Amino acid sequence: MESNIKLITDDGLRLDGRALNEMRPIKIQTGVVEKADGSAYIEWGANKIIAAVYVREAYPKHAQNIDRAIVKARYNMSGYSVEERKRPGPDRRTMEISKVITEALESTIVLEKLPRAEVDVFIQVLEADAGTRIASLTTASVAVADAGVPMRDLVVGCTAGKADGKMVLDLSKDEDNFGEADIPMAILPRTKKIVLLQLDGKVSQEEFDEATSMMMNAIPRISEIQRNALMSKYNVEEGE
Amino acid sequence: MPMDSNAVISEIRKNFMLESIKNGKRLDGRPLDEYREIKITENFIPKSAGSAMVELGNTKVVAGLKIEQGEPFADTPDKGVILLNIELLPMAFPTFESGPPSEQAIEYSRVVDRGIRESKMIDTSKLVIESGKNVWMIFVDIDVLNYDGNIIDACTLAAVTALKNAVIPGSKLGEKDFKLPVNATPVAVTMWKLGDELICDASLEEEQVSTGRITVTMSEDNNIHAMQKGEIGEFSLEEIQKAIKTSSNIGNKLREKYFR
Repeated sequence: MESNIKLITDDGLRLDGRALNEMRPIKIQTGVVEKADGSAYIEWGANKIIAAVYVREAYPKHAQNIDRAIVKARYNMSGYSVEERKRPGPDRRTMEISKVITEALESTIVLEKLPRAEVDVFIQVLEADAGTRIASLTTASVAVADAGVPMRDLVVGCTAGKADGKMVLDLSKDEDNFGEADIPMAILPRTKKIVLLQLDGKVSQEEFDEATSMMMNAIPRISEIQRNALMSKYNVEEGE
Repeated sequence: MPMDSNAVISEIRKNFMLESIKNGKRLDGRPLDEYREIKITENFIPKSAGSAMVELGNTKVVAGLKIEQGEPFADTPDKGVILLNIELLPMAFPTFESGPPSEQAIEYSRVVDRGIRESKMIDTSKLVIESGKNVWMIFVDIDVLNYDGNIIDACTLAAVTALKNAVIPGSKLGEKDFKLPVNATPVAVTMWKLGDELICDASLEEEQVSTGRITVTMSEDNNIHAMQKGEIGEFSLEEIQKAIKTSSNIGNKLREKYFR
C-alpha cells in the first residue's frame, strides 16, 4: 500500500519517537504454560506472543523418523489480535510463517538426539503489532530451550526495512504497512549463520547490506534478553 | 523439497556429488551457476487470457491466466486484484497428493507472487473499471506437471511470460480488448547450498542433498524485490551477498535471452 504518510519526521526520528536503529523494548518470560514441557512469553513493543513446547513420541507411529526428531511449529493468531477480526485457523500467510519458523528451529535443534520424537511448538499471537514472525521465533526458541531440547544455539530474530527511503531497524506497524520494504531475518548468534531470511519490497544491494548490518548489531542485545529469561528461572532461590 | 524412495541417496554418491561440485562441476556436467535447457512455449493455452509452458530440464510447469470482473478488496478500492496459485499436481511426483494445497505449494506460491507483486510488474491501479465496485481480477494458475527441481524459478518464468502476453477482455464492457500494462520483468533465481558452494537451478537429486535454499528475485532496476530462505539449513551473510550478486547476473542474462 502506498501513501503519503510521512514515516520519518524532520528531526530524523520515527513516528513513535525512535531513532532509525532503535529497537522497541523486549521482555521475555519463561515457564508461563504450566502443562507444557517448555514455554515462553514475549512482549516485543506491543506484540504479545506466547509459545509452548511439547516433546513426545511422534504419533502416528508411521510418521516417526527412526533416526531423528520431527519438528512442527504452528503459528496461530487470535481473532482479536489484529485491527479487524482474524478468522481463526490457518490461512496461507500463517501456513507460510509456520513453515519458515519450523525450518529455522530445525536448523538449530540437534534432531539426531531425539529419534522418534516430535517437538510440537505452539505459537499463539495474542496481540500483533508488526514483526510477529520474528518475535514468535525468538520466543519459540526460548520455549524449546526451556523444554530441555538439545540445541546448537538460541535463534534470534529481528527485522529491518525501508521507510521514507531510509533503512530502519525493527519496523513499526505503520512502517510495515506504508514503508517500502520489510526484511525479517533470524540468526544463530554464536556462528552468525542465517536460518530465516525473507524480503519483500524494493531494496538495492547497498541498502540490503545496511539493513543486515543494523540487524547484526541488534542481535546480541536480543540474545542477552533470551538468556536472562532462561537463567532467571533457575536464579529464584539465590535472589533476595 | 519432496522426498521419495530415491531420496535415500547413498553416501558414496552424495560425496561424489559434493566433491564434484567443490571442483566447480556438477554430475550432469553443468558449471555451478548454469541453468538446464529452458524451453518456453508462449500462448500454450489459447483459451486462457495469457499462458506459457516452461520446461526447465525435466521440470515442467504451465501457467494460465483468467481475467474476470469482480469487487476490489475493501482496503484497496482503486486497485485491481492479482491472485496467484501453484498446484503441485499428484501426477508430478510420487509423493504429491491431491487435496488442499500443501505447505510446500503455499510457500512456492507466495514466493512467486511476492516477486511479481513487489516488483510492481503489473500496475494494478490501471485495472479499475469503477472505483470501489468493479475491477479486473487476474487469476494466475500454475500447474506443476513434472517435478524435477527448481519449481520457484520455473513458475516465475511461466507466470511472467503469461502476464506479458495477457489481454484484458475489455470487449466484454463494449470497449476494446487491451494488453495488460506491464512495467517490469522480475526474474527469480534460486540457489541451493551443497557443501560450501551455491548452485543455481538444482535438479531434484541436488535439491535432496542440499542444506538450504535461497531465492532472490530482482527486476531490471537491479533492486531486490523478494527473498526467501527455505528448507533446513543455514547461510552466512557472505553467502547471502554472493547469492544476491549471482541473482543479479543470472537474472540479467535470462531477461536478455527470454524477455526481449
